[in-house]
Amino acid sequence: MTLIMEPDFGTPAGKSAKLVTVEIDGKSVEVPEDTSIMRAAALCGVDIPKLCATDTLKSFGSCRLCVVEIDGRNGTPSSCTTPVADGMKVSTESARLSKLRQGVMELYLSDHPKECEVGDQCKVHGMAKQVGLTDVRYDGANHLDLEKDQSNPYFTFDSTECIVCNRCVRACDEVQGTFALTIENRGFEARVSSGGTSFIESECVSCGACVQACPTGALKEKALLTIGQPTRSVVTTCAYCGVGCSFKAEMKGDELIRMIPLKAGGANEGHSCVKGRFAYGYATHSDRITKPMIREKITDEFREVSWDEAIAFAANGLKKIQAEYGADAIGGITSSRCTNEEVYVVQKMIRAAFGNNNVDTCARVCHSPTGYGLGKAFGTSAGTQDFESVNYSDVIMVIGANPAAAHPVFASRMKQAVRRGAKLIVIDPRVTETVKSARVHADHHLQLLPGTNVAVINALAHVIVTEGLVDRNFVNERCDTESFAAWEKFIAQPENSPEALEATTRVPAETVRAAARMFASAPNGAIYYGLGVTEHSQGSTMVMGIANLAMATGNIGRKGVGVNPLRGQNNVQGSCDMGSFPHELPGYRHISGDAVRDIYNKKWGVELRPVPGMRIPNMFDAALAGQFRGLYVHGEDIAQSDPNTVHVHAALRSMDMVIVQDLFINETAKFAHVFLPGTSFLEKDGTFTNAERRINRVRPVMSSKTGKSEWEATALLSAAMGYPMPYKDSAEIMDEIAETTPTFNGVSFAHLDEVGSVQWPCNDANPLGTPTMHINEFVRGEGKFNLTTYVPTDEKSNRKFPLLLTTGRILSQYNVGAQTRRTGNVAWHSEDILDIHESDAQMRGIADGSWVKLSSRVGETTMRARITETVPAGVVYTTFHFPESGANVITTDYSDWATNCPEYKVTAVEISPSASGPTPISDHGIDGDSQLDSIVRMANQIAKSAPANAGIEIEVAHHIEQFWTPLMRSRLMNDVDRSKLDPIVLKAMELAGVK
Amino acid sequence: MKIFVPNDSAARSIGADAIAVAITAEAAKRGVAIELVRNGTRGALWLETLVEVEVGGERIAYGPTTADDVASLFDAKFYEGGSHPLSLGATEKIEWFAKQDRVTFSRVGVNSPLDLEGYISLGGYAGLKKALSLSADAVVQEVLDSGLRGRGGAGFPAGIKWKTVLGAQADQKYVCCNADEGDSGTFADRILMEADPFTLIEGMTIAGTAVGATIGYIYIRSEYPDAIAAMQGAITVATCAGYLGKNICGSGNDFDLHVRVGAGSYVCGEETAMLESIEGKRGVIRSKPPLPALAGLFGKPTIINNVLTLASVPAILADGAAAYAARGVGRSLGTQIFQLAGNIKRGGIVETGFGITLDALINGFGGGTFTGKPLRAIQIGGPLGAYFGVEKLDVSMDYESLIAAGGMLGHGGVVLFDESVNLAEQAKFAMEFCSIESCGKCTPCRIGSTRGVETIVKIMSSRDAAEIAEQKSLLLDLCEVMRDGSLCAMGGLTPLPVKSALENFPSDFEGAAK
Repeated sequence: MTLIMEPDFGTPAGKSAKLVTVEIDGKSVEVPEDTSIMRAAALCGVDIPKLCATDTLKSFGSCRLCVVEIDGRNGTPSSCTTPVADGMKVSTESARLSKLRQGVMELYLSDHPKECEVGDQCKVHGMAKQVGLTDVRYDGANHLDLEKDQSNPYFTFDSTECIVCNRCVRACDEVQGTFALTIENRGFEARVSSGGTSFIESECVSCGACVQACPTGALKEKALLTIGQPTRSVVTTCAYCGVGCSFKAEMKGDELIRMIPLKAGGANEGHSCVKGRFAYGYATHSDRITKPMIREKITDEFREVSWDEAIAFAANGLKKIQAEYGADAIGGITSSRCTNEEVYVVQKMIRAAFGNNNVDTCARVCHSPTGYGLGKAFGTSAGTQDFESVNYSDVIMVIGANPAAAHPVFASRMKQAVRRGAKLIVIDPRVTETVKSARVHADHHLQLLPGTNVAVINALAHVIVTEGLVDRNFVNERCDTESFAAWEKFIAQPENSPEALEATTRVPAETVRAAARMFASAPNGAIYYGLGVTEHSQGSTMVMGIANLAMATGNIGRKGVGVNPLRGQNNVQGSCDMGSFPHELPGYRHISGDAVRDIYNKKWGVELRPVPGMRIPNMFDAALAGQFRGLYVHGEDIAQSDPNTVHVHAALRSMDMVIVQDLFINETAKFAHVFLPGTSFLEKDGTFTNAERRINRVRPVMSSKTGKSEWEATALLSAAMGYPMPYKDSAEIMDEIAETTPTFNGVSFAHLDEVGSVQWPCNDANPLGTPTMHINEFVRGEGKFNLTTYVPTDEKSNRKFPLLLTTGRILSQYNVGAQTRRTGNVAWHSEDILDIHESDAQMRGIADGSWVKLSSRVGETTMRARITETVPAGVVYTTFHFPESGANVITTDYSDWATNCPEYKVTAVEISPSASGPTPISDHGIDGDSQLDSIVRMANQIAKSAPANAGIEIEVAHHIEQFWTPLMRSRLMNDVDRSKLDPIVLKAMELAGVK
Repeated sequence: MKIFVPNDSAARSIGADAIAVAITAEAAKRGVAIELVRNGTRGALWLETLVEVEVGGERIAYGPTTADDVASLFDAKFYEGGSHPLSLGATEKIEWFAKQDRVTFSRVGVNSPLDLEGYISLGGYAGLKKALSLSADAVVQEVLDSGLRGRGGAGFPAGIKWKTVLGAQADQKYVCCNADEGDSGTFADRILMEADPFTLIEGMTIAGTAVGATIGYIYIRSEYPDAIAAMQGAITVATCAGYLGKNICGSGNDFDLHVRVGAGSYVCGEETAMLESIEGKRGVIRSKPPLPALAGLFGKPTIINNVLTLASVPAILADGAAAYAARGVGRSLGTQIFQLAGNIKRGGIVETGFGITLDALINGFGGGTFTGKPLRAIQIGGPLGAYFGVEKLDVSMDYESLIAAGGMLGHGGVVLFDESVNLAEQAKFAMEFCSIESCGKCTPCRIGSTRGVETIVKIMSSRDAAEIAEQKSLLLDLCEVMRDGSLCAMGGLTPLPVKSALENFPSDFEGAAK
């Protein structure tokens, strides 16, 4: 057990295709011609002394330690800034160089503490030894009495140890792109500064790049001082967002000292954000529950019990429900925060042990429309690129995403590309950090009204089609030309023109036209999108619209292009891949396919049912209808994160057995009968799959705080339900996944340990994975164009609720905040805030920072207001990180027509001043038959939005057959007041699929 | 009748404005019809304020004058060339001017700086006209053939730089003029910009035309408000007359010129720090490569030349490379604009071919020390130049000879010190200057300059021979680290004055008086 030290070649790799041969200290090496002497030397094993150089930053040439002598050239150039040349002969050691280096180190030490707080972490004394300096002859002015800046919760800035090498400033500029740090003053008084204020008050986003870059103890993690030096490290994967950064967890015993981003990490290449780098303290927070607990009624107190008792209690409860109400009366929800192996085991338990397909996952509420839309267009549910692809993009279009806050490490890459000259188009109702930040200004910001995505994408496509900007070669060679012809005709209709839609979208037609031209004329145009696309009543339509746009402009199948969903959670891609949706088995294969079911029937020794099970909202409706009474919730806080909180709470309260497996008593656990303690990512052994389809290893860095792996707990419950799953470790689970899932065929822990990570598909044909998808043909063969008729949402602003609320996330907090709220990140954001435009605030007498009541047709809550220009008049915005404000109390149960992904991004609201802060949620019962209401709403929505390629009623019938449970179909046929149904639904009901 | 009173900031600093006012008032009082012209200085600062009158097509000079002399000048009918104790005769015939070889400065001080017609009447824009009639290659060849080298201090052949930029492929190229004249004892850039801004504009326009650059920047230090105003005014005049902007002189070439003002940093006179500053960033040194000629301003190919380099180009084009190259010696061709300053009797601008001896320059033109005390030291080339003793008076003033003598030409500043100077103080000043002006990027300069001051102070204040020897040895080691280790000439050359003082004037480094 040792510390993993990644090599530092001093300067970034050369990119030139031309190779040259140089000789360094007699050793010959062949390198690209734009390689520095320093890097070439490192590549042939010659370690040139350096302090200001590191291979994640451009060369700078300030420390003057790396000086060398070159045959035939005068002087002693710095090897970091001098490129190699063919035939060049370099000497890195000589008496002159040695004296020079000693002279430089003597100067450094003359203004540096005699002993450093972090020992060897500060390279200055070590470097002095390395160059043979023994004695410092100077004594004079110094900076040893400067005060420490301890304001950041995670690291300190101690200027006394600073050698002004600028690595922190350069990291902030070049890598992170925040430009928060600078050098103040000049000459001897030149000091690193966070812009004249303390770090916490500065622009600093605490990504840690500066701490990472610092070669001394000037910027250091506080844990190094409080706990001590690490003695071992383990490479693992961050468990926050879908970027999936690789880290070295540096440990002292069982204690985590710090997380160091891994340069070899494919997703992050050595970068990190404040969450992954620092916000891991929740894992050892005192709120953590580590023992199983049970209670008869949710009004009782929980009591700690043994694992055996808890499992038996849960299994008995579930079995009792099934005995009384049938096999379909229970189900479970998998977690996108957990490993592929844990997810796979949960869905297997539900399908094999529960004997139904009532399994769903939190992707339901985020990216389920991506699965649907990209599946329809391309044939598989995944982003087409790796993150590195953005380096090759000429135009980057970001739709409904704010990566600067939600996917910060990808945002840094993207901003680097923009600073290098790539154009940026942002489609977002708000002026986000992605639209405008230091040295990054979107070339076009299409500031649309929430809920009008499809109108905007249609208008963009209209310009491309009618102005002759379609890539005909690509369409003819790669796409289903029949579907293209139909789409072309549809999109060219005048009602899809930017001018016709301007009143709807509020985006000036000229801006749409300019953006469309910019995108279509780029050699490489890439689209990145987030939940601002999916969480709408036409989320799936929008995803298809994006796919249409990419195909029409020929932007699929190579580096620099593509359609890239920015996944919200660390393993949302993986949890979908693992068969978490009720209608499909691992690898996105529909449950109705006999051949697919056969694989699992044989492997698992069961008879799987061929009909889809319930989606999460279906479960809530069924619970209120008394049909669904037992739920296993794995690592998801549905009571806070799902829309229309009161409805969710009522559904949970109506159940007989709710089992929650989690780290904390979250909002959902308040309705639970059994609490099974979960493990943090630091204790897990498995894999996460990020937004690039990259399968990364998650390795246990500390022992499980509960004494069990989560999959073991699931397996125990499964066994207690009568279906044992005798895996000996999680590697064996992955082996089963690989054996049964074609896209995972080549994956194993051993393979991942060897190659680092792979992007699926990974199989015999692509043993190292597939960075870019659909290169020569689409997964479905030909790319399919789908018609995308814009259907306005039913959630409209009106006299009673005149404002539109949209929700999102902030950099320092993560989703429901269960983790980040239990870390130092509260220093930046400790409550949800309502952003409101000045005119809307003035009209209502709302002052900046005052309490406001926020109400919609389903509920109301209270939070503080912030008057800002980042939202336009008529639109308000908030985050949903804090249960106190519970933003989802007011979001409605409207959802995507195809997938039921909630319409989080549009809620009609009214705001009024409030005298006081939040009060507890006033739970109440739900009147009426909400299941029947949902069925009517969903059916009518499908009729309006389904692409009518094959005859609309056939599409509707097919859709209902594919995604609805038999019970829902039967209620549609038998219980619904048919006068409420769209005539298309009525026609579809004549067809076999629905009956 | 025309009366000329310099508008130059040096002349104004000693009362030129008051003289102008007095002359106007006196003329009105006496009913003498005059036309007062505020010309630039002709560079004879020792004669300022040098009042001239135009009589019969000839300029007659009076100086140095003060406002108190105005009445007597009128009494003497100076406006008709009348005799007066301050009368110097025909300006052109004053020996100090007559012995010079004014090429770059041929028009300096003759007319009002913004008088475009006057400029053209003196041969202005003949160079551009010639350049526009030649191919780009031919223009660059002409500059190459002239032997013109960078007058900012580095002495790099201008033509080679231009050729590199010409050969670079880019969607945008730039011409940047370095007018951040920060060397103590130098003032030629300022005088040229204040007195003859069109020459610089013409030189930059030729450069832009030659290499395909359509945008130029003149980076002027903020301490030169009059030069900034003159350049801005001249740019406006030239733009209105079609010499700048779109399609200059109907050639089809575009060239826009902008003034950028520094913010008080010496190091921004270093070309890469100047680029950073023009780009709006902190003025710190960039590592080379890449060469600015290939990746300069905003990453684009950029010509960077000093004011005097660019201002020499119009004459080279107008009169031909051969005429320019016929002047000078060895590889130092053409003329140099020397600036005589410090403790000197006749300070000012002396333009002459390379190869004049230091003696002829400072004793011939300069007339020795101002105080009349014996000369002890001469610093050539600004604050980073070497201190010579009188034993080096025979040195030929050209790039190579000065280097051979252990010094450098720099920007052509020559500063005299009489016997009262203490060279240890001067060495300390060199380190101090570096410590104040260091950008703080590289360690030898950032920390070394402060250590240098401290070490010299220790030498100066010590009475312990062993300590003095130890500290001297440390100082020499430090000088080596700074010379070989610094990123740019600021830190790299600071040891030159220090070591030359130590070597040429060892008696000043023997500690405090016992």
